[in-house]
Amino acid sequence: MRLEPRPTPSLVMMVLAPVLAIGLALLSCSLLILWTGAPVWVAYTALLQGALGSPFALTETLTRAVPLILTGLGVAVCFRAKLWNIGAEGQFYGGALAASLLGTGGFSLPWPWLVLVLLIAGWMAGGLLLWIPAWLKTQLQVDEVVTTLLLNFVILLVISYLLEGPLRDPLALGWPQGRAIVDAGLLPRLIPRSRLHAGLILAILAALAVWILERFTIWGLERRAVGANPEAARFLGIPVQRVILYTSLLGGGLAGLAGVCELLGLKGYLTLDLSPGFGYTGIVVAMLAQLQPLGVVAAAIFIAGIYVGADTMGRTLGVPTYLADVIVAAALLWMLVCMGLARYRLRWN
Amino acid sequence: MTVNPSPLSRHLPALEVVGITKRFGALVANDQIHLSLHCGEILAILGENGAGKTTLMNILFGHYLPDQGQVRVFGQPLKLGSPAAALAAGIGMVHQHVVLADNLSVLDNILLGTEPLWQLWSRRQQGRRRIQELATELGLEIDPDAWVGSLALGQRQRVEILKVLYRGVRILILDEPTAVLTPAEIEPFFQTLRRMVSRGLGILLISHKLQEVMQISDRVVVLRAGRVVTEVKTSKTDPAALAEAMVGERVAPVVKDLLPAGEPVLVLQQVSCRAGQEHLDQVSLTVHRHEIVGIAGVAGNGQTALADLVCGLLRPHQGEIHLRGQVLRVSSPALMVQQGMARIPEDRHKTGLIGSLTLWENWVAERYRDPEFCCWGFLRHRQIYRQAQTWLQAFDVRSPGDPRQGLQMPVQVLSGGNMQKVILSRVLCRDPQVIVAHQPTRGLDLGAVAYVHKQLLAAAQRGAGILLISEDLDELLSLADRVAVLYRGQLSAATPTQETTLTALGLRMAGQEIAYAS
Repeated sequence: MRLEPRPTPSLVMMVLAPVLAIGLALLSCSLLILWTGAPVWVAYTALLQGALGSPFALTETLTRAVPLILTGLGVAVCFRAKLWNIGAEGQFYGGALAASLLGTGGFSLPWPWLVLVLLIAGWMAGGLLLWIPAWLKTQLQVDEVVTTLLLNFVILLVISYLLEGPLRDPLALGWPQGRAIVDAGLLPRLIPRSRLHAGLILAILAALAVWILERFTIWGLERRAVGANPEAARFLGIPVQRVILYTSLLGGGLAGLAGVCELLGLKGYLTLDLSPGFGYTGIVVAMLAQLQPLGVVAAAIFIAGIYVGADTMGRTLGVPTYLADVIVAAALLWMLVCMGLARYRLRWN
Repeated sequence: MTVNPSPLSRHLPALEVVGITKRFGALVANDQIHLSLHCGEILAILGENGAGKTTLMNILFGHYLPDQGQVRVFGQPLKLGSPAAALAAGIGMVHQHVVLADNLSVLDNILLGTEPLWQLWSRRQQGRRRIQELATELGLEIDPDAWVGSLALGQRQRVEILKVLYRGVRILILDEPTAVLTPAEIEPFFQTLRRMVSRGLGILLISHKLQEVMQISDRVVVLRAGRVVTEVKTSKTDPAALAEAMVGERVAPVVKDLLPAGEPVLVLQQVSCRAGQEHLDQVSLTVHRHEIVGIAGVAGNGQTALADLVCGLLRPHQGEIHLRGQVLRVSSPALMVQQGMARIPEDRHKTGLIGSLTLWENWVAERYRDPEFCCWGFLRHRQIYRQAQTWLQAFDVRSPGDPRQGLQMPVQVLSGGNMQKVILSRVLCRDPQVIVAHQPTRGLDLGAVAYVHKQLLAAAQRGAGILLISEDLDELLSLADRVAVLYRGQLSAATPTQETTLTALGLRMAGQEIAYAS
């Protein structure tokens, strides 16, 4: 068995790869469902029902997709420039922390303006958190995989300290949670009696903006060039270091926005379980979307659907909801396999 | 390195290729190829790039599986499609493009994959001795502890050749082995080849350099468009006949008809700098309009530093660079482009182009910030497509595959010659006044070489001053008006080409005359 590179991977294959990967992930996970003793078909039907089967399920899925779209975008723009941002989780919390600091009453502005300020603050906090590893990468060649990954824990511990101490809400009966965001700082609900909030519009606008940036502007071209061949990019006069630095502000900022949206649209106060790993799942989203900004929206909704649907599946059939994590992880692994097959032809001797 | 074939195999051909056919889609890269190689002879495979030489070699070495045909080694059929089987049968190959691990030492690169992993450490001393023996015997001087990433291309090729010889192969395939060797190294290298052949090795030499083939080979096979067009004893043919067989028509020599040199456009004054292993020491140089100044020298003597300096990648520690009469206070690649410098880099794949990006992206990559091509940060796609289309066509860039894809084709699917044309089209479309060309024809086929030469001469005719850094002395002597030699970071005075001979250049490149000349 050998691999031969395809000089031009066909468009059909590039589109088919994620579909095939998802199919294979579901197929391989059906073994696990069988193991728990539940009928596979019924389980997956329940999953689909739970994800899309009712208006409520649909709004839940979309609500869950909001932070995933934003962290997915944050990861995708960085990966495009081969800036391996594993720190979207930390940037998410960084953004949420900044919004929590400014939005809990210390600072007062009327409704849309306070939201705007909090969004910008979250953006800057997330961007800064990625700018530091990016700066270290450009100046000292420090591996950003290590620094971004480890910064996640630093941020979580800092927030843990703040929530136990200075930022703890005195009304929270001793729970480690921050004060509530003031009403003027909240994102409005999109649909009454659902949890779906205006963050969805923001996330979709962000995806569109990134798409335009990547496709139609010189900054997208610079990012592609730097990601594909930094040495050639430098020779051609593209400011490689500056590209990496502004990419970090963009990518980190998007992940920071995810934190702000989750805080302002859903939770209302900062806790340590604000994210069940949205930052890490963002990596899966970006890879499934093959780093395409509009694909990120689709991939995020898909993965959100798996998580939301798995809850229903768990309730009705007694299948562990951790299965959702397994499906998502399997989808990523199969995606890597399928992308490999789209780029290489398998030959049997 | 002594080879002991069994008595029977003395009469058998060492290597027989029987009816090999290989198709890539619609393209027939090899069409019913028959040839045989005996022990103790050097068989040259001559052909332009794209004639199917490299495909054939890759089939012999097991990288590709042919659609039809058979290969026999000493009468035994070879299991095709397996490099391991080829190696076990005693076939060794030195690739055209160096395939080494940059982050390991020369010694480790040679031992890795050659010695079993669990013996790697115990055999190091033994290996080091053998490599030094081989290197001394062949005149391929190399420091076994040097880090491969720090070596120049020519030196890396030495490592490749040593690596294959270290394995003690019986049939040696050399793909353009002299491309990165210097004239001074070529003769000793050929002597080495002859010595190996006299000890019973069979050598397959792939080349498109006629002179070399005439000089070293016993027999020549000429490939054209995947077919064997001629098979002849070298002593019974001449370069003109071979060139005709190769190209299919007579090649006109470069016609040079230049205006007298004008005012200086590029001046280096006492410039010193250091880049990795290379350095420049008080280099002074002037290039005038209408003039081509050639820089000869053995790889690693400062060519890369000089090219990087004028391309804006390096800043001088000392000295000044004047571009079109103005002193350059700062220097960066973007500034050089802005100043109208046309830069043709040494390595198309690594620095000249971005393989996975499309044709139009590569074409515009130097100038995407020009108001002509961008507006408030938005790329003016229509304008870029139109210009790229026009200029790529003007430079006869041909891309394989679906023509509908056109400008959206990733540039990595192009052949070497077409890649170089993309670079030419990018830098020459602005009618530049200063051109820096570093090894502009390395690895190109005859037709593409002639094309690049024609374009450079035409640019000089239109008024450009050209700095041509090359290791191909024939190229320098036929194109340059004046030639200077780089040796250990020092540049000799540039002497008019008419007053220079190959031998004189060769001596200066070996450091013989440098004190006298400067």
